[in-house]
Amino acid sequence: MVPLSYYLILSVIVFFIGAFSFLTRRNLIMMFLSIEIMLNSVNISLVALSHYMQDIRGHILALFVIALAGGAVAVGLIILVLAYRNRKTIKLEDFNLLREE
Amino acid sequence: MVKIIFGYFAIVIIASALAGITRKNLVYSLCWILLMFIHIGGLYLLLNAEFLAMVQLIVYAGAILVMFLFVIFLLNLKEEIKEAVFIHKWSSRLYGIIFLIFFAFLGVWNFKNNFKGLYSIEFIEKEGHTKIIGTVLFNEYLFPFLILGFILLVPLLGVGIVALRRKTNGTT
Repeated sequence: MVPLSYYLILSVIVFFIGAFSFLTRRNLIMMFLSIEIMLNSVNISLVALSHYMQDIRGHILALFVIALAGGAVAVGLIILVLAYRNRKTIKLEDFNLLREE
Repeated sequence: MVKIIFGYFAIVIIASALAGITRKNLVYSLCWILLMFIHIGGLYLLLNAEFLAMVQLIVYAGAILVMFLFVIFLLNLKEEIKEAVFIHKWSSRLYGIIFLIFFAFLGVWNFKNNFKGLYSIEFIEKEGHTKIIGTVLFNEYLFPFLILGFILLVPLLGVGIVALRRKTNGTT
């Protein structure tokens, strides 16, 4: 029987790998992908807590998170394709219309 | 035995996540993340959540990553993959992440579990995971389920609007 804290520590590590990737990658596609990594780590902790507390609501919440991630990725990738069509790049430093030169 | 299986899944998840965020080519990075998603599905199997494992495989590995791959194929990224992976001041963000991970570990170590619900492992194995999830979802969580349907309608309309605008305004 694996203790609960192992699952939670794994979830924390994977979440902060995703957060580091979100903050430091220069690519818009990788930023959306790191959002997916973070959502998956939260799903791990939800399912593990639900298993060890003998409750089913964590599974329901993880199901909702998966469905909402699908919708969010669809909207985000639409925005990304539109941004690429306007600016011809997906590098994050090139989206600086509001910056004062 | 269960610890060995959990160790395998944990090591592969962390290693493939680290490999996925550091690749320069986006397609290789997506393949590593695909490996991570499949092993997270295996972790769900270890936690007696078979239905969630199948949903993870179908939705994440089957739908979302294919959507990412199609976007990568649509865009022309020949110049982007030759440049540096991270922004040039990434070390301060790394220190910030290590600082935050310390507080998260404090929260994990101080966690006390003293709640027992109705759905024990034997009950789930007797009734079947899909049946229990369906019963709870359509009795207790019916209204959030309907709202979820409306939320999933929004990307459908968004894709349609973008495609129609490109067809009418393409020549101007």
